[in-house]
Amino acid sequence: MSMKAMVRQVDSVTVVDVSGRITLGEACKELREVIRGELGKGHKNLLLNLGDVTYIDSSGIGELVSAFTAVSNQGGQLKLLHLTKKVHDLLQITKLYTVFDVRDDEAEAISSFKAA
Amino acid sequence: MQPEASVIEVILESNLANVERAEAAARSVAAKMGFDEEREFHVEMAVHEAVINAIHHGNKENASKKVYIRFLVFADRLEIHVRDEGQGFDPATLPDPLASENILSDSGRGIFLVRKFMDEFRVEKSPAGGTDVIMVKHLTTRIQSNQGGTGREHEGNGASG
Repeated sequence: MSMKAMVRQVDSVTVVDVSGRITLGEACKELREVIRGELGKGHKNLLLNLGDVTYIDSSGIGELVSAFTAVSNQGGQLKLLHLTKKVHDLLQITKLYTVFDVRDDEAEAISSFKAA
Repeated sequence: MQPEASVIEVILESNLANVERAEAAARSVAAKMGFDEEREFHVEMAVHEAVINAIHHGNKENASKKVYIRFLVFADRLEIHVRDEGQGFDPATLPDPLASENILSDSGRGIFLVRKFMDEFRVEKSPAGGTDVIMVKHLTTRIQSNQGGTGREHEGNGASG
């Protein structure tokens, strides 16, 4: 299954619902384009919903880091929502779990941007 | 004397679309050997990263070059060889992705994950040409002894995915 990224706006937050495989190649490229596209529109509060991500590899993890850096450099915030156990474990192993703001509840995640 | 192993071989063209075939083979072999779901995923992920490395960095995605994967099934362990037709790399020279200066790097975690997920890891020049990444996962958990490399390996660009 290839990757899909659907974008929706909730209040001031751009939620990107990602599903499928985030792996080296087209998937990483597409995710990068979606993130850069939203930043280009001035959308700097991004919430990546990874609940339907079935697989992520080292390149996919790198793409998340790249997105985080790009958003931060624009003065925005990128947060992660609904990590699967596999993604959670990979972020722990790579010591990135504490780099990202990880949320389990969408409404609470949306509110956290307002509070920031 | 080494006990005899059952051998399963998969040969792939250097196309990233083929990586899922390698993963499926790894998953199937690991499941049949009795690895639990988590350790089966570790084997699958390690094969994914090693095959990506072979296709992307080793064979430079040249479709005329092949990736040769051999699963050697022993009673107590699974040994996996992923051979490419590239120039080799020295895993000892790869940057530590956990170092503070690398933590926000967008690459360089592939071989790190292979080492984390497998009990043994080494890189050798293959007598048949190219580079052989050799990984072992024991059926029972062991302390990792996988920091090695032979020092005669490949990949001048130092990239590992």
